[in-house]
Amino acid sequence: MKKRSGNITFNLPAAVALILLIALWAIVGRSGVVPSYMLPSPGVVVKAFIDDFPNLMHHAATTLQEAAWGLLAGILLAMVMATVMDRFLVLDRALYPLMIISQTIPTIAIAPLLVLWMGFGMAPKITLVVITTFFPIAVGLLDGYRSVDQDAVDLMRSMGASRMQIFRHLKFPAALSSFFSGLKISASYAVVGAVISEWLGGFEGLGVYMTRVKKAYSFDKMFAVIFLIVLISLILMALVSILGNLTMPWRRAGQTQAESFILGKGDQHEK
Amino acid sequence: MENVLEAKGITQEYDGRVIIQDVSIHLERRELICLLGLSGSGKTTLFHVLSGLKRPREGHVFLDGKEITGQPGSVSYMLQKDLLLQHKKVIDNVSLPLVLKGIPKKEARKIADPLFSGFGLEGTQNQYPSQLSGGMRQRAAFLRTCLCAQGGSALWDTASKGGGEQAVHGTALLDEPFSALDTITKGQIHTWFLDMMKKIDLSVIFVTHDIDEALILSDRIYILTGKPGRITHEIRILPERSERGEFNLTEEFLEYKRRILSVLQPEE
Repeated sequence: MKKRSGNITFNLPAAVALILLIALWAIVGRSGVVPSYMLPSPGVVVKAFIDDFPNLMHHAATTLQEAAWGLLAGILLAMVMATVMDRFLVLDRALYPLMIISQTIPTIAIAPLLVLWMGFGMAPKITLVVITTFFPIAVGLLDGYRSVDQDAVDLMRSMGASRMQIFRHLKFPAALSSFFSGLKISASYAVVGAVISEWLGGFEGLGVYMTRVKKAYSFDKMFAVIFLIVLISLILMALVSILGNLTMPWRRAGQTQAESFILGKGDQHEK
Repeated sequence: MENVLEAKGITQEYDGRVIIQDVSIHLERRELICLLGLSGSGKTTLFHVLSGLKRPREGHVFLDGKEITGQPGSVSYMLQKDLLLQHKKVIDNVSLPLVLKGIPKKEARKIADPLFSGFGLEGTQNQYPSQLSGGMRQRAAFLRTCLCAQGGSALWDTASKGGGEQAVHGTALLDEPFSALDTITKGQIHTWFLDMMKKIDLSVIFVTHDIDEALILSDRIYILTGKPGRITHEIRILPERSERGEFNLTEEFLEYKRRILSVLQPEE
């Protein structure tokens, strides 16, 4: 099995492609094919980013808070739902279709409603983030629970394990890997979800900032904020990866001699 | 000899089809008996009933005279796959049965740790199962089975005092325990296994498809055939196990083998 760590550290073809894309963008900007107020050049965008940095950070803080709280609540909701659905088959059959349907509701349509119901504060934003993030996590966990080898369950039962013990020692750890795959997707949804809901009503946040600079036709700032959102999403995804590796040390096991020495044999075992 | 495990009149069905019918077997203390049968004759079904995982439609299972029908947790069961949990270190895999019985993790590790060398697993305590070879994984699974069968403490005493009198003995069901090993390793493992059984006072029923292996190891062989499966033959291997030496090269061995092969023919 191929290990997945280290794939975000450095990827030469991707770096080259990115540089080429930026170069193309700069050339198109210079050539005058597209007017510069429509497509500001990379340099102008960087300048906008630096000039407006304090303002951007102020709005980013709001968005991050909404994303973080929403993601946290989404994780909790997903964990409770998946675990309960796994335990009681009736609930699984009752709720799974509803979960799927909840994902077909367009975010854009529901966000203004949430604002109507909950006002212009953080509540509707957090709610929207919960709705968008809980699904990948719940599905990941459910898949993880179901992928557990029935023979392993039998083995634990033959050792006299209770249902709780089987969950704790077997099912939950086995589901962690797909839980983190789901979480990685959700982390990127969280920021986008928060931005979209800010867009449709609010006082601060990157979404609000976006609508303002759009109305002012400051496309350089528009691009700056887009890059900031991308950056934040990437950082969040990387954090999830790191967290996943810390939580699942067995996935790093057996990679290289040196690594396994540092991670495993090096530390004690009680004699 | 006293019977440690006894099954009386077991009938079990699966999906409305009777898999085994009126099966009665018994296992004496320190005995090693083999369950031989073609694929699909119901060996695994019988093991599920004996281990308490499944309650049979009819019949009863007794362990040391107490009825345990449909109650898992007292007979140790080693499934065909090693089933080591990949997210636990080897030491935590092996000591899992103790943890499940309520012994704190640290204590359980202390009990399991000194047993590693005897099972050829020294130095693997803090590794993960994915880092072990197939043979080592099999041995780790066996060590776990032994700890499960013994409830831990007795094995701990044996290890620290080098054998001696003990009150606790264990009973284990092993489903093709040696099938993953090659022929040469098998021979060594057999010797080691018999030695270990004696040391820790283990009584065993095992399943194999290898008639030679059954003849070399067993005190008795039960033959399960037909649909639904019944015990059609019970064969006692006469030479004492300790005196078998090159048993597999004798005429007597071939005689046993011919007999088993003839009764194993699938009936049409």
